[in-house]
Amino acid sequence: MGILEVKGVNKRFGGLRALADVNLTVAENSLHAIIGPNGAGKSTLLNCLVGKLVPDTGSVMFDGQSVLGQTPHEINQMGISRVFQTPEIFADLTVRENVMIPCFAKRDGTFRMRAIRKVDAEAEINEMAEKILVDVNMQDRIDHHAGSLSRGDKRRLEIAMCLVQRPRLLLLDEPTAGMARADTNRTIDLLKEIHANRDITVAIIEHDMHVVFSLAERITVLAQGSPLVEDTPDNIKGHPKVREAYLGEAH
Amino acid sequence: MIGLNRKDALLFITVTVLVILAPFILNPFPEGTAMAQMFNAGYPDLMQRFVIFGILVIGFNILFGLTGYLSFGHAAFLGIGSYSAVWMFKLLSYNVVPAIILAIVVSGIASLIIGYIALRRTGIYFSILTLALAQMCFNLAYSVLGNPQKGINLTNGETGLQVYTSDPQYLMGENAPELPHLFGLVMRDSLELEIGSWAFTLNAGYYLCGVIMLATFYLSIRIFRSPFGLMLRAVKSNQQRLSYTGLNTRPYTLCAFVVSGMYAGLAGGLLSSMDPLAGAERMHWTASGEIVIMAILGGAGTLIGPILGSGFIEYFKNILSKINDNLLHQWLSFLPDGLEDALVWVLHFFVGKGWHLTLGILFMLVVIFLPGGLVELGKRTGGLFDRFRNAAEGSGKERNQSPRKAAE
Amino acid sequence: MDAVILQVLNGLDKGSAYALIALGLTLIFGTLGVVNFAHGALFMIGAFCAVTLQRILTFSYSVIDETQKDFLGNPLKVETPYVVSWFGEATGNSIIDWSVPLAILFSIPVMIAVGFTMERGLIKHFYKRPHADQILVTFGLAIVLQEIVKAYYGANPIPTPAPDALTGSFDFGVLIGFGENAIIYPIWRLVYFFFALAIIFMVFAFLRFTTFGMVVRAGMADRETVGLLGINIDRRFTIMFAVAACVAGVAGVMYTPINSPNYHMGMDFLVLSFVVVVVGGMGSLPGAVLAGFLLGVLEAFASMNEIKAIVPGIDQIIIYLVAIAILLTRPRGLMGRRGVMEE
Repeated sequence: MGILEVKGVNKRFGGLRALADVNLTVAENSLHAIIGPNGAGKSTLLNCLVGKLVPDTGSVMFDGQSVLGQTPHEINQMGISRVFQTPEIFADLTVRENVMIPCFAKRDGTFRMRAIRKVDAEAEINEMAEKILVDVNMQDRIDHHAGSLSRGDKRRLEIAMCLVQRPRLLLLDEPTAGMARADTNRTIDLLKEIHANRDITVAIIEHDMHVVFSLAERITVLAQGSPLVEDTPDNIKGHPKVREAYLGEAH
Repeated sequence: MIGLNRKDALLFITVTVLVILAPFILNPFPEGTAMAQMFNAGYPDLMQRFVIFGILVIGFNILFGLTGYLSFGHAAFLGIGSYSAVWMFKLLSYNVVPAIILAIVVSGIASLIIGYIALRRTGIYFSILTLALAQMCFNLAYSVLGNPQKGINLTNGETGLQVYTSDPQYLMGENAPELPHLFGLVMRDSLELEIGSWAFTLNAGYYLCGVIMLATFYLSIRIFRSPFGLMLRAVKSNQQRLSYTGLNTRPYTLCAFVVSGMYAGLAGGLLSSMDPLAGAERMHWTASGEIVIMAILGGAGTLIGPILGSGFIEYFKNILSKINDNLLHQWLSFLPDGLEDALVWVLHFFVGKGWHLTLGILFMLVVIFLPGGLVELGKRTGGLFDRFRNAAEGSGKERNQSPRKAAE
Repeated sequence: MDAVILQVLNGLDKGSAYALIALGLTLIFGTLGVVNFAHGALFMIGAFCAVTLQRILTFSYSVIDETQKDFLGNPLKVETPYVVSWFGEATGNSIIDWSVPLAILFSIPVMIAVGFTMERGLIKHFYKRPHADQILVTFGLAIVLQEIVKAYYGANPIPTPAPDALTGSFDFGVLIGFGENAIIYPIWRLVYFFFALAIIFMVFAFLRFTTFGMVVRAGMADRETVGLLGINIDRRFTIMFAVAACVAGVAGVMYTPINSPNYHMGMDFLVLSFVVVVVGGMGSLPGAVLAGFLLGVLEAFASMNEIKAIVPGIDQIIIYLVAIAILLTRPRGLMGRRGVMEE
């Protein structure tokens, strides 16, 4: 039994079959990568997992519970956090506030009206926020506007926002897309550290082979909307089918 | 200090002092002079409007300033509050307390219903829906629910709702005042002070509204600094991220909508308490537009902006509508005749009854050039002044600017 | 039965106006992504084009006619429009008589100029600004435009009659097999309806069968992709804005004989046109047209005395009630697509 079980998922957009009979199992505490050429359906699959899209058929079970038909905030409360391809943060708020919001969500649930109590007086939340920012090495930017951060820092902030909730499953959508090599390596180190020190299952969608092979324990290759192979990185490297899928794209 | 941080406490105390001293500050010119006629604003009617519209826009700002949801129908709640208050006068007595309470409750219920419908969509859709729903409320008040001949007459249609001697007024005491009062203190009563050639009016109604305004201002500061306020700002900043962070945005926005609707209802109740009349024109979309203008002009999302914006608009509306062609001729008489006439002809369109045009132009200019409103203007001039001073000191070492810190 | 048909007919003229304004709103929204709160003002400007042309045509000089006396016995001043003296009695008078239809020709260049100036001068700078700013600035513009018109033309409605030949009513019932005097219908309203149909048809044909229209439709579906193709969309969108302004303008011109124009007619129509757009489905052109006629007819039915006797004042709020009902059951409107205005 994996923590995430995707069974027979299909998704069509008009005439386009984006996902065709996808089966996928992510084992608990693993670091699982989903790779595939452009248009293979990686992002569609991810969107089906977090409630942004609803598959036409099939089931998606998280820890024995179905996530289908749940709203994104309900799915998050179940323990799935998502990092977006372009960092989605609260650009108008400070770094501290950015991290406090997920803390509130974790503690108070989907909605709680606290209109009179002061944010500053929430010692426990402030502590949590400061601690996680130390962990991702951003404590010196705590009072900056999140919108003024560099792209790499925005990504780290977004990861911190997910981590502070202690999710059981962390989904990352091309976390290093558009990053310089140095930033990419720092992100890889951060993800390795997360996986090693916290009991978080990590599923990552990635285009960059360097990232995938330095991180993943298992890899699923997606092509034209269905899984091609699933194996360890070493076996995937020389796999003829994978080569075909990628070379096919190059032509 | 008083449950606020230093900066906020300072702001709150400043506003408190201004509210207390307003009758003096707004009457800077000696009684009877031309300047006094034109620019003095210290009479009860206008000062009441300052603080009442202050309350209205403070409430509007909780919705628009924090969440970014632009409601184009807030005047509906103002009108609903007004009608509710007058009904209390008709049914119970002229005591303003039940009137104000009912105004808040009824507008709260109305905003819950309208908010529930309108908040099913976001962005432009939301603005359009609030506009349409408010216009429906206007039509309801103007004709459907106000037909004296047949059916229900809640609003008395075109004539407007007012208190008649035939009304029951069940709780009316023997010697109770025949005008709105707070446990005997009549709202229209004023204390006239004459100091030298200056005259000041300390009006009971104004001070009641002033105290309530300060209370609502205090509450809004607390909301701004609360976890709830933080969530509302997060809604404005990135709604998608908020829902992927496990928070349900709709109850937050609905709460903000209802709170700001209740603020508007309170303002409406106070308007009726100062003058026991309520008419449908208060609910028209132009009135809603004016609320938006006040909020933008002051500076949406800032604490002090609503008070600045509503004060500014009410003050200039008052002045501009007083100016007429004769006055313009008088002022411009130093110019050659032809030029004088031409200038008067042009200005004629902007003053008196044409002040709406001035308002529209001002509004466009603010949206185009100064989206942050008067607060931003203040900051910019402040920044300009700082730079000027730095340059004057001529020291290059001041250059090392600290990294951009968050303003709040 | 004849009563039903009469109410349908009664709803068509208002429905036509809603449909035309909503069509323009949707075009602008779909192409430029801007909700134009000044669109009602364009309708109003169109109406005042008709007023202006009427004034220009009846611009007169006075001659003292010694042969006639007024009631005080003084020589009578006779006002003669220049048009009459230039074209002769018969032609001149019929030109004045036909001033409303002629105003269409007059209004088109005016509306193009107004639309072009608005888009290039103001709205262009707001594409990248938040929606709230777009709403606010067009709202401010609407106030300014209507106040200018008010300052110049006054606050009272100005009668602008239809040509004599098209005023009055005719017996519509006879045409479709009812008895005489069963359905009496004003001619001009029917003219307005067919005029609106023609305009709608032209807009759709333009979008359907021209390359220009194809690009615009593609742009409405997916702005970014079309931008990537290297097509200069901005220029086309400017033209589209001018087209939408023209549609609103001519709708205003032709509406003047039905209701005498006043300065706030634009905003009155705008609020309802927004409701029409919401009901039809944001971004859907057929939806806007369909909902426009539907709500117009519905409003006509609600203003029947029989209905009003049951629910007093229902005609004032029926459109809003229907909009709420549709919104609660079909949040995207009648013909709205997924993905339009979802964020």
